[in-house]
Amino acid sequence: MNLADIFQHPLGRMSPESLPFWQMLQDPTEANVINGVIATGAASVVVIGAIFAVALITKYRKWGVLWSEWLTSPDHKKIGIMYVVLALVMLTRALIEAVLMRSQQAFGLGGGFLSEDHFAQLFSTHGTIMIFFVAMPFLTGVINYVMPLQIGARDVSFPILNSIGLGLTAAGAALVMISLCIGKFSTGGWFGYPPYTEASFSPGVGPDYWIWALTLASLASTLSGINFAVTIYKERAPGMKLMFMPLFTWTALCTSIIMIFAMPPLTVATAQLALDRYLGFHYFTNELGGNMMHFANLFWLFGHPEVYILILPSFGVYSEVISTFSGKALFGYNSMVMATAAIAILSFGVWLHHFFTMGQNANINAVFGIASMLIGIPTGVKVYAWMWTIFRGRVRFTVPMIYSIGFIYLFVLGGITGILLASPTIDYQVHNTVFLVAHFHNVAVPGALFGLLAGYHFWFPKAFGFRLNERLGMVSAICWIFGFMLAFFPLYALGLMGLPRRSAAYNEPSYVPLEIVAFLGAILLTVALVTLVVQLWVSIKHRDENHVFAGDPWDGRSLEWSVSAPPPEYNFAVIPVVTGRDAFTIAKQAGNAYQPADTYADIEVPKNSAMGPVLGAIGFALAFGLVWHIWWMAILFFVAAVVTMIAHGFARDTTRIVPAQQVRQEHRRWLDAVAAAKAISREDERKPANQGLAEPALSGVPA
Amino acid sequence: MSYEAIKHPGLNLGSAHGRDHDAAESMMFGFWVFLMSDAILFSMVFATYVTSVGATAGGPGPHELYDIKSVFIETLLLLASSFTFGMASLALKYKHGTARLIGWLAVTLVLGVAFLGFELHDFASMFSKGGVPSRSGFLSAFFDLVPLHGLHVTGGSIWLICLVGQIAMYGVDTQVKLGVMRLALFWHFLDIVWIAIFSVVYLAGLT
Repeated sequence: MNLADIFQHPLGRMSPESLPFWQMLQDPTEANVINGVIATGAASVVVIGAIFAVALITKYRKWGVLWSEWLTSPDHKKIGIMYVVLALVMLTRALIEAVLMRSQQAFGLGGGFLSEDHFAQLFSTHGTIMIFFVAMPFLTGVINYVMPLQIGARDVSFPILNSIGLGLTAAGAALVMISLCIGKFSTGGWFGYPPYTEASFSPGVGPDYWIWALTLASLASTLSGINFAVTIYKERAPGMKLMFMPLFTWTALCTSIIMIFAMPPLTVATAQLALDRYLGFHYFTNELGGNMMHFANLFWLFGHPEVYILILPSFGVYSEVISTFSGKALFGYNSMVMATAAIAILSFGVWLHHFFTMGQNANINAVFGIASMLIGIPTGVKVYAWMWTIFRGRVRFTVPMIYSIGFIYLFVLGGITGILLASPTIDYQVHNTVFLVAHFHNVAVPGALFGLLAGYHFWFPKAFGFRLNERLGMVSAICWIFGFMLAFFPLYALGLMGLPRRSAAYNEPSYVPLEIVAFLGAILLTVALVTLVVQLWVSIKHRDENHVFAGDPWDGRSLEWSVSAPPPEYNFAVIPVVTGRDAFTIAKQAGNAYQPADTYADIEVPKNSAMGPVLGAIGFALAFGLVWHIWWMAILFFVAAVVTMIAHGFARDTTRIVPAQQVRQEHRRWLDAVAAAKAISREDERKPANQGLAEPALSGVPA
Repeated sequence: MSYEAIKHPGLNLGSAHGRDHDAAESMMFGFWVFLMSDAILFSMVFATYVTSVGATAGGPGPHELYDIKSVFIETLLLLASSFTFGMASLALKYKHGTARLIGWLAVTLVLGVAFLGFELHDFASMFSKGGVPSRSGFLSAFFDLVPLHGLHVTGGSIWLICLVGQIAMYGVDTQVKLGVMRLALFWHFLDIVWIAIFSVVYLAGLT
């Protein structure tokens, strides 16, 4: 980089060849045309989707609302909702990619229709997106929404930081999206192993897109982790001891702690790879003392704990869902807490099982193999605790419950294949085959994704004040469960038959039938997602007959159900005093839920701040400049980022007061609605009669 | 000192500061947590360095490149700056007046900048001896670890200047107090990291 460079190449290394249709116009062979059409189609969806969204917002004049009510809002509930929206948008793209990959492999005997390069981009973006821009924002969103309500807090400890985290995550996601339109994404898989991703083997922009998208996401997750942990330690309502916290909050705490400790290794790994690529350092190169094992260790020091970041919040959701819909307190709460903490600690001691075959001696492999198997113990404790919670409960088969039961069966299977893989001797046989792909999807999809979808159905009425359509939800859940089984069970067999993962094509005819079954599974999963969208549409249309303003549609047990749906921006008109586990159930049994307060106090809430969206936009522009070597852009936005943060330090007067009179009015309006609502029994909770007020539970049911 | 007087680890403002003392609780705890995360960042880079010491690839090694005299001066400068920041914290806590607070902060800044000057001079002399990061895995790891600390000190210095600016504009208000207390932790943390660098990189490298 020098000054002349900046003037000679104001657009860096961008050129017409960076456009997805350029190659097919220059060299219209059949293969180029097919790949070009698919790539251009995908790019057009991004562009048209963006134009469509902008047009809609402009038409309905919603820019002001979007900016002042949502993007700049420091409210943890709105930030949580935006995280989930981001996750669902990205889920759509990553699922389409999955279907493309499955169809390529279904027709992959002797070739298929995609080029190897295109296929490699697909599995790299699919993995990167699903981990960093679907699962992570989804779980961060759900924790954001639910956790402060569960502990009786008004907001998270650092609301603006929360908004910045969202902005950075969105910037990373936008970077992955724009890689569809300009240039190509990495072909190095979601973990981007060097030396393949070094400049000497991958000179293009692909790995740079990957590096900066991950850097943005990892910074955001570190910030979120710190914020959640501090919130849980410092903002709990009076009386809420740690061992009174709902299990979801416990899993949120353990996930946050893992985030705080596991994200920095990723930041280091991507930063070092960037230094290798941009400034000719030698961390992971083949020559001059570089060593790619450094990357493997750093990446998986992040990567394995990451698996538990993904799974623990879902474990929390399942615990809440199963307890609520069985009408019982969670069985073995203490064991569940200890199991969660044990998983969080063990997660840092097993990273080496991701590269058993990469050269360390057998004793080291044995230690890490045994450590990996140990994780089965706390996980097993959890599975039993869930089953004992269901046992003799009055179980209602609601949508979240369907996900939970599908999860228990499928996750045990995924866990068992995990134990198989934890044995280094078996790993030597099946590593790098689709057996592994089947295994980690078997834990990630039923484990993480189903849990988050269960949480979406469970807490949706709380967030928006009306219930989702039950029938369509059921259809979608069943499609997810069976679609998953069809798509991934054949991969176990294919893996044992020797199909390497990431194969764009193969020459073994016996693979074909199983590949076709897996393809049908992918189709069914698409149906599941489409049904989810239709369900949302139908539910919004019929929202008036499903409203649950009173706030407790499922006879909930923890504090988030003790306020209106949606809750006021300050969450609690009066901060509750907690005397035990399942605080809201205790209050309902004692008959002192829904009490007006004698006096109301002014409530201080943070003012809106543009820091989140502004830093997000700056982060995106900085990363884009770096990817394309547009140095003026990178420098400009780096300076802009520093200046923005400094300016934020000079900001004063950052809170405003919600007057006691308004709090009182809103609280009384809600209490009046509760008084007017008709309490319904558990059998009727899926009917329109459910206005969000639960009948007191029958006595004699084991609690 | 009663239990209530201590809201968070480290130096507390104390109840004489009223609401500011309460406000410090979450903020300071959060900053400790951030420092833990930052410590992991440094430990990863340390690990990279320690496992790369032998990877000189025929290029210059520690004996050719390190200048213990200069590094020793840097160490003294940084330790002294930690002491002066401690004095600034005490001036804040016991309300010794804005002038004294700014005075100690200014001395800290001068020492910090002097440290950076010596460090940059070290890097320049390493470069002149062919010790550039692209030369070997060892040098890459060195130029990851030591400048990362230097960047932190740079960031801390900019933060310090901004805090003085905030004092000029708003006086010693809640946010300035919390800012000085957080920067103090940050500064002492960097001191500890430097001691590790001095021992692991320089002393161990030259033995």
